[in-house]
Amino acid sequence: MDLSLIIMQLLSGIALGAVLVITALGLTIVFGMLGVVNFAHGALFMIGAYAGLYLASLTGSFWWGLLLAPILIGAFGMLIEFVLIRRLYGRSIDDPLLLTFGLSYILVEGVRIVFGSDGIPFPTPPQLIGVLDLGIGFFPRYRLFVIALVAVVLLVLWLTLEKTRVGLIVRAGARDPTIMQVLGVDIGRVWLAIFGLGVGLAALGGVLAGPMRSVNPEMGSLVLAEAFVVTVIGGLGSIVGAVVAGLMVGISISMVALFAPEMATIVMFALMAIVLLIRPQGLFGVRGRTA
Amino acid sequence: MTGPSSGEAVAKASPGGFSWLLEQRVLLSVAVLAVLPWVLPSQALAVNVLIYGVVVMGYNLLFGYTGLLSFGQAAFFGAGAYFTGIAIGRYGVPWFAAVPVAVLLSTCLAAAIGIVSTRTRGIYFSMVTLALAQLVYYVALQASSFTGGENGLRGFTVDRINLFGLQLNFLDPINKYYVLMAFAALAMWFQSRILNSPFGAVIEAIRENEQRARACGYDVERSKLIVFMLSGAISSLGGCMLALHLSIVPLDILHYQTSGMIVMMVLLGGARSFFGPFVGAASFLILEDVISLWTPHWQIFVGAIFVLFVLFLPKGIWGTLLDALRVGKARP
Repeated sequence: MDLSLIIMQLLSGIALGAVLVITALGLTIVFGMLGVVNFAHGALFMIGAYAGLYLASLTGSFWWGLLLAPILIGAFGMLIEFVLIRRLYGRSIDDPLLLTFGLSYILVEGVRIVFGSDGIPFPTPPQLIGVLDLGIGFFPRYRLFVIALVAVVLLVLWLTLEKTRVGLIVRAGARDPTIMQVLGVDIGRVWLAIFGLGVGLAALGGVLAGPMRSVNPEMGSLVLAEAFVVTVIGGLGSIVGAVVAGLMVGISISMVALFAPEMATIVMFALMAIVLLIRPQGLFGVRGRTA
Repeated sequence: MTGPSSGEAVAKASPGGFSWLLEQRVLLSVAVLAVLPWVLPSQALAVNVLIYGVVVMGYNLLFGYTGLLSFGQAAFFGAGAYFTGIAIGRYGVPWFAAVPVAVLLSTCLAAAIGIVSTRTRGIYFSMVTLALAQLVYYVALQASSFTGGENGLRGFTVDRINLFGLQLNFLDPINKYYVLMAFAALAMWFQSRILNSPFGAVIEAIRENEQRARACGYDVERSKLIVFMLSGAISSLGGCMLALHLSIVPLDILHYQTSGMIVMMVLLGGARSFFGPFVGAASFLILEDVISLWTPHWQIFVGAIFVLFVLFLPKGIWGTLLDALRVGKARP
């Protein structure tokens, strides 16, 4: 086994991890702000993939699908927060989890009714078909694009959170929502926006994953488990944790797939169990809140 | 979902016939289950209510009484079924020995998952149990030489059972129902004993206020692990019953959708009530039966009904009914 093969597999792992990072990020930001774990996150990821596919075929361009699907599904997420989740603030922390679980049933079955139960192929955009010669081997152009796009999205998110006034409100709101209300910030509107952002990120993950996985109504269930594993390893509510753990899981999956393919689906769960035994709060988690 | 006092405690404090009735909950529940095949539209439905009722009852110990929302109960339901099937089909163990062996092995699995997951709290616990149960699912998928992989486990059929010299045809639905009901009765008796024991009070104390339970000197972590194992053991018995009933074990039984279904059932019926799980299992299965008569997309309705229950009826059908009865009887 030569080194270049391992490096190519490492790149594959990073591409896989990049989608995981985006998806888990949505989950973790919503939890950090609202204290809600969105069980419909996987279903919304799947709907994002379908929306991207539909919009791409409608406009004839993948790029419109990539741009519009997260925005539309994000707006749909805000509707969900406004109509359903909002009623559960102040009740048991289990209630939003249960409600969104019921919601995922509705969403998955709704997609089955509209698009059918069979998988649909998601064509790779023509500009990104084929492979690029990296000197040591050939790597799919699309996967390189995914890595680059996720890096840009992460940078924009980080700059918004750390350097802008809006980011300041969001970070302060995560620490102490009551004080923010006293200071005259409409925290309900912040929560609405954050929930929309979280769902939008899930949809973006769905569109990006589309050409790499097959698009079918059940694709969200594996993604949900993966996103859970990533957020648990990274520490629920931690953005840095989601990034590090997402890349860690992606790379371990593709590395193990190289040496022992039958273990590839199992390795991330084993990784999670090990992390939990050593650090129950996750790599970057704050002790007390969850463990 | 968490109220100031446990419903059972209120009933015990109140005088009158209602509390006496509640003390006979095992007998009453068995009596209701005994007439089930004659009341429900089909005997197949009755058997399923029995099986899922036991699984959900075990889960209720964890979620309803201890307040731990696990999304991984399918692992133990499935483990009970797989271990029973493998013991009978591969090792030729007689069925009456296969069931205790399967429950024991499933309890060991619950111990392993419990050691990792009970280190976490709150929502973390839900996510970790879901992930670890998915691990069990993928292991069963990969270990196809043992489990049959995607096709499920086949090749074990219990068609005739010898009950102390009495030969019973196990393929006869009524015989099968009452044999399985004996298992359900055993599980109910066991669960009732747990709830009436001092340990039962400890787990309810943990649900109401974990900090205070710890301050009182109870070992919260150990109690959680024990209740996780007990809950897994009872749910795995439901899995054994399923294996004996179907003579196959579908792989889907281990998927987290099954865990979700168990959660739905306990909430529909009423968490923290003794008979609620059976009411929940019956309502869910009847709903599925009725709706799938006129549309294959029954899940959309079940999902919507579940959402409405979370929003407006968090105590479930049986829990709300019991509350209404108590208001009428206990407080004049």
